[in-house]
Amino acid sequence: MRRIVTATVQNRSGVLNRVTGLLAKRQFNIESISVGRTEAEGISKMTFVVDVEDERKLEQLTKQLNKQIDVLKVSDITDKAIVASELALIRVVSNAQIRNEIQGIIEPFRASIIDISKDSLTVQVTGKHEKIEALIDLLRPYGIKELARTGLTAFLRGQQPQVAEMKNYSILK
Amino acid sequence: MKVEAKPHYETQTKPKSGADLLVDALIQEEVKTIFGYPGGAVLPIYDALYRAGDAFHHVLARHEQGSIHAAEGYARVTGKPGVVIATSGPGATNLITGIADAMMDSLPVVVFTGQVARGVIGTDAFQEADVMGITTPITKHNYQVQSLSDLPRIVKEAFHIASTGRPGPVVVDIPKDISTEVDDNPPSVEFSLPGYQPNLKPNPLQIKKLTDAMAQAKKPVLLAGAGVHHGKASEELKAFAEQHSLPVVHTLHGLGTFPGSHSLSFGMAGMHGTYAANMALYECDLLINIGSRFDDRLTGKLEHFAPKATVAHIDVDPAEIGKNVPTQIPIVSDSKAALEALLKNADASPSTEEWYKKLDSYREEYPLWYNKPETDMVPQWLMEKVHSYTGGDAIVTTDVGQHQMWAAQYYKLEKPNRWVTSGGLGTMGFGFPAAIGAQLAAPEDKVVAVVGDGGFQMTLQELSLLQEMKLPVKVIIVNNQALGMVRQWQESFYEKRYSESILSTQPDFVKLAESYNIKGMRIESQQDLEERLPEALSNDEPVVVDCRVLQQENVYPMIAPGKGIHEMIGVKP
Repeated sequence: MRRIVTATVQNRSGVLNRVTGLLAKRQFNIESISVGRTEAEGISKMTFVVDVEDERKLEQLTKQLNKQIDVLKVSDITDKAIVASELALIRVVSNAQIRNEIQGIIEPFRASIIDISKDSLTVQVTGKHEKIEALIDLLRPYGIKELARTGLTAFLRGQQPQVAEMKNYSILK
Repeated sequence: MKVEAKPHYETQTKPKSGADLLVDALIQEEVKTIFGYPGGAVLPIYDALYRAGDAFHHVLARHEQGSIHAAEGYARVTGKPGVVIATSGPGATNLITGIADAMMDSLPVVVFTGQVARGVIGTDAFQEADVMGITTPITKHNYQVQSLSDLPRIVKEAFHIASTGRPGPVVVDIPKDISTEVDDNPPSVEFSLPGYQPNLKPNPLQIKKLTDAMAQAKKPVLLAGAGVHHGKASEELKAFAEQHSLPVVHTLHGLGTFPGSHSLSFGMAGMHGTYAANMALYECDLLINIGSRFDDRLTGKLEHFAPKATVAHIDVDPAEIGKNVPTQIPIVSDSKAALEALLKNADASPSTEEWYKKLDSYREEYPLWYNKPETDMVPQWLMEKVHSYTGGDAIVTTDVGQHQMWAAQYYKLEKPNRWVTSGGLGTMGFGFPAAIGAQLAAPEDKVVAVVGDGGFQMTLQELSLLQEMKLPVKVIIVNNQALGMVRQWQESFYEKRYSESILSTQPDFVKLAESYNIKGMRIESQQDLEERLPEALSNDEPVVVDCRVLQQENVYPMIAPGKGIHEMIGVKP
């Protein structure tokens, strides 16, 4: 199962190493990770995309993360209403003739060209994982010279739909 | 030799160095005994310790590994953190085995390591090692002090984290220039650990769930693990077991949490557990686990572990619940608080009479057994004799391996915190230094280090400490001239190819002991033992007893690796 897990952590030296080391030691497979500061001073947020076998492994992952002293809160937000985004920079082979063609391709993706040289241009795209994959597939025939992607970052939407049955993972039960 | 009297420690009013602040913080934490070894990066700390005079008893083990195992023994017996100081680089890396051991067995240990000065960290300076990087996966938490003003707070947090919740080792790495730096303003020691709030009280709903399940149960069993030691809950455990006539089985570390001679005790379960204990786990319909982490040496193949049971698991560490065994009734709590709640909410007791009879018949029919030869010693008999000569009342420490299992099987413990063994990590060389720590923690008690001839040779340099401090530790070497457990597995699973497991070349342990001015004796027959061991164990002198036992003895019963808990071999002669 592909899950999106966020962790609020105290921004202390070594905290990233602690968390990734823990996941590696317990054989969890991280697809992507992104870290950055939050609105609160000294507090950072990590977003992991992980591939876990089953519910039990997932429960272990959240519990083990929670056990870390520098970790304040862990949530699996996969099944919640969330906003989630990642960013990709794609350098594509191009010349004056096909520049317009590429412009036409990226427009529906609301991507933008942020750098142009004689024989290439760089596209910046943000959004969901699938959307970025789709754009990369479309640009591939032109020749991708370089590709760099961030991990996914996400949080809950301001309003959550009322769901009759929602699974809660609590460390106390 | 002229010995200068150490100047008396005075609480200075003048500006204090980092090392002084550390010493003050240790006094604050009521530390009395420190296990350590000096070196370049901790010179300022050792100078402050020297100036502190009689404030501490510093124990200079002859190898850092000895320091930390001694601190573990101290922590196991007292329940308070063992304190270790080592220098940077090799000093710190020599501690690694002990730190990992304390992590696996949840022992409160606070380790202070020196570090090179902040300015040269990361430059491969002399005696630099990345202690934070190395110890992160094997500590409950670790710190590198980045600023002098943080030091008192960090020490306070370190002791708090090490000794609360599920105990464990905490490392504090102190750069040398922090130790020497002087600060005019005494820094604050206020701490807040928002990410660390162990849940110690049980959820009443879960307790209710368990008491309901108990009322339904026909074949309940209590599994007593190390959490009962840590929660100091032995009395509550006994009251609870007796209240409902619940059969009790132990994990290796749970030995002593419940009186071994009690009619409700069915002994140790697991790979070398008793038939009755393992069958109790196999056949039960309600398993109440108190503070055990369902280690693989206990459970055997998971699909055959308590297959018909509703599983209740009381643990202060939520991550242990459901980790290995699916759990229907999870109770995150300190063992004492949970047992108190259970005692208060006693509903109808399950009717366990038939179940008890069945287990009792297993106990009668399949007791632990061994063949006793005419004159030669076998280790099982040796353990029984040590038990009888010490009145079953000694603190027993062991390494890992055959002798450990025989001690667990035949040295029946009645009281908690008297069983000091390396369970999770399985560390050779643990038993002897741990006995030194145990003896320092309990000076009035008899301490017996049961060690193998292999393990003893890994840390025997600590004989210096027995000599130096006149500690009356009794070292019993169960000498089969082999790495016994390795040899046993090679016999059973590798067609008797004894690859590197026979130690036919050994030091003369008697002369070795004598070279440290310690009494040594070699015992080679039953008669010899009966004549000489009682006196050696009863006096107040240290002694090293080289007990020559038959090499071919194997530990039984046994669950072969990959087998279920009911598939024991060697349950009968």
